[in-house]
Amino acid sequence: MTSVTDTAKAPKTSRDWDMAAIAPFIALALLLLLGYFANPNFVSIANLSNVVTRSAFIAIIALGATYVMTAGGLDLSVGSMLAFVASLMIMFMNSGSIADPMSMLLAAMALALALGAACGLANGLITTLGKIEPFIATLGTMGIYRGLTYWLSQGGAITVRDRDLLTLYRPFYSGSVLGVPVPILVILVTTAICAFVLYRTRYGRHVTAVGSNEDVARYSGISINRVRTITYVIQGLCVGVAVLLYVPRLGSTSATTGSFWELQAITAVVVGGTALRGGVGRIWGTVAGAIILEVVGNILLLSNFVSEYLIGAMQGAIIIIAMLVQRSLMRK
Amino acid sequence: MRRRTFGLAVAALAATVAIGPGFAQAQDKKVTIGVSIPAADHGWTAGVVFHAERVAKLLMKEHPGLNVIVKTSPDAASQANALQDLAVQGLNALVILPTDPDPLVNSIKDIKDKGTFVALVDRAPSVNDNSIRDLYVAGNNPALGEVAGKYIAKTTPDAQVVVIRGLPIPIDQQRQDGFDKGIAGSKVKILERQFGNWSRDDAFKVMQDYLTKYQKIDVVWCQDDDMAVGVLEAIAQAKRTDIKYIVAGAGSKDMVKRVMDGDKMVPVDVLYPPAMVATAMQLTAANFYDQVPVSGTYILDATLVTKENAKNFYFPDSPF
Repeated sequence: MTSVTDTAKAPKTSRDWDMAAIAPFIALALLLLLGYFANPNFVSIANLSNVVTRSAFIAIIALGATYVMTAGGLDLSVGSMLAFVASLMIMFMNSGSIADPMSMLLAAMALALALGAACGLANGLITTLGKIEPFIATLGTMGIYRGLTYWLSQGGAITVRDRDLLTLYRPFYSGSVLGVPVPILVILVTTAICAFVLYRTRYGRHVTAVGSNEDVARYSGISINRVRTITYVIQGLCVGVAVLLYVPRLGSTSATTGSFWELQAITAVVVGGTALRGGVGRIWGTVAGAIILEVVGNILLLSNFVSEYLIGAMQGAIIIIAMLVQRSLMRK
Repeated sequence: MRRRTFGLAVAALAATVAIGPGFAQAQDKKVTIGVSIPAADHGWTAGVVFHAERVAKLLMKEHPGLNVIVKTSPDAASQANALQDLAVQGLNALVILPTDPDPLVNSIKDIKDKGTFVALVDRAPSVNDNSIRDLYVAGNNPALGEVAGKYIAKTTPDAQVVVIRGLPIPIDQQRQDGFDKGIAGSKVKILERQFGNWSRDDAFKVMQDYLTKYQKIDVVWCQDDDMAVGVLEAIAQAKRTDIKYIVAGAGSKDMVKRVMDGDKMVPVDVLYPPAMVATAMQLTAANFYDQVPVSGTYILDATLVTKENAKNFYFPDSPF
């Protein structure tokens, strides 16, 4: 199962590997077909681009989560972290410390990325240097980031006060380049970078090695703590990128911002084919997983045959069915 | 309803000034009021905390002998602990907005049985009578729906309406039933109802999907000011012009400001004011200092906020 053994017993498993990698896309294609039957409007370009654009936050966060989970870790704090970083970014934009709107905006964006990386570094150091189980460590920081967000906003909302600044920033979420919405481009670029680092660099192979067998990796001379800590920093950076897209949409954060997004991100990663126990990471699968989650909700709302009370149950059922379809494809 | 609170405050102040030194002794009467409220975990509860603290200061200024202790708790278990902490300090009165009323019934009864005056706010337990509280102050959930429904039926009699609900809990159902009552007999048609979980992001998604599904929508009733933020953004992004207006509710400063400024998309707002906790505090203080009878049930109107009266409900310093 692990990638180390994957490469060891070459030809047969490599075919399995391909099948597993494309399985999430087959599940997505089936869902698109289902959507078409539910409501013909579903396949309109406007709707599909809405849905993919909306999936940007979870998709980008989940890319970071793919790294963390491939290395055998877990990060429950991402939803709270997003709310915390976004709140600080907006407060910085409201501080008026830089007069020129454009440089203010660029500074705020740089700040969001830096804060994301710093929050991720904190998670990483607590789990590696502090030797605390990632589940507990990031459950702790989840509470901390969420609590700090409540405190910053006194429970209310934090909103960008400068309308001109928001007008300048808004196209970053709602604009498009050559007809493609900016968030979709951001997904594509971030995914390409993440895929390159994970599959084509030495660091990426170390991530997979650490997740598949820690002891073997250690004896091969890999610094486990360093590799793991960096996965959390990457996760933090991804949260920072998601913040860059989140803030221009509503121009404000509230106490509910990002709640339960950590669970959605983990679901997207697993639906995408990454192993929850580490050692196998599928970057493009993760993006497919995030889009699947969003498409399911969209189809249920556009269709007329599901009661509003049953939407949660149907979402759960469709995700399980999608996973079963994937499994059966992998066995062939 | 704020008007009434204001009225009370003004009346109390006027009384103090008019009667002056003769009543100084009564003024110095030592009274301790404990105020136990939920921690600020979303916009509305943030408003509750803001108004509780604001009016605590006002009351203590007004009555030198009065001590008001405000405590916030994130959940029912910690609120039960907070009640014990408050009781130790020798309370004359307790004003409580329970996070979850039923689990807290016994804790509240313990305090009431010691002869403490208890004012219960907003969330009532299954048995809500004078065995548990002296005074009950609450907003009117069915009316919140009904006022919105009536406004829509009157303003746009044959509107096609999409509804965004909160969470599947009783107060949300009461609001929906009230809305149905409000539009009963009119030609207003509800195209669909879906849950937006009282979250801006979820409301944004639901609205985006509504816009895809329905080519013509006249009015959106989203019941809540937080969700209205997401709804307005989804409409603006889709550049749709068929939506005439939206109706939200609660009375957040952002939405009241829009109403005040004459925003065409937000012509009105329906009050479900977090300041109701302050009403209960004022009435409780009046019970001790002014010898006015206050025991009973006090249900606030779901007032329709319009451009004309909006300034009475606008609190620019409030977090909500």
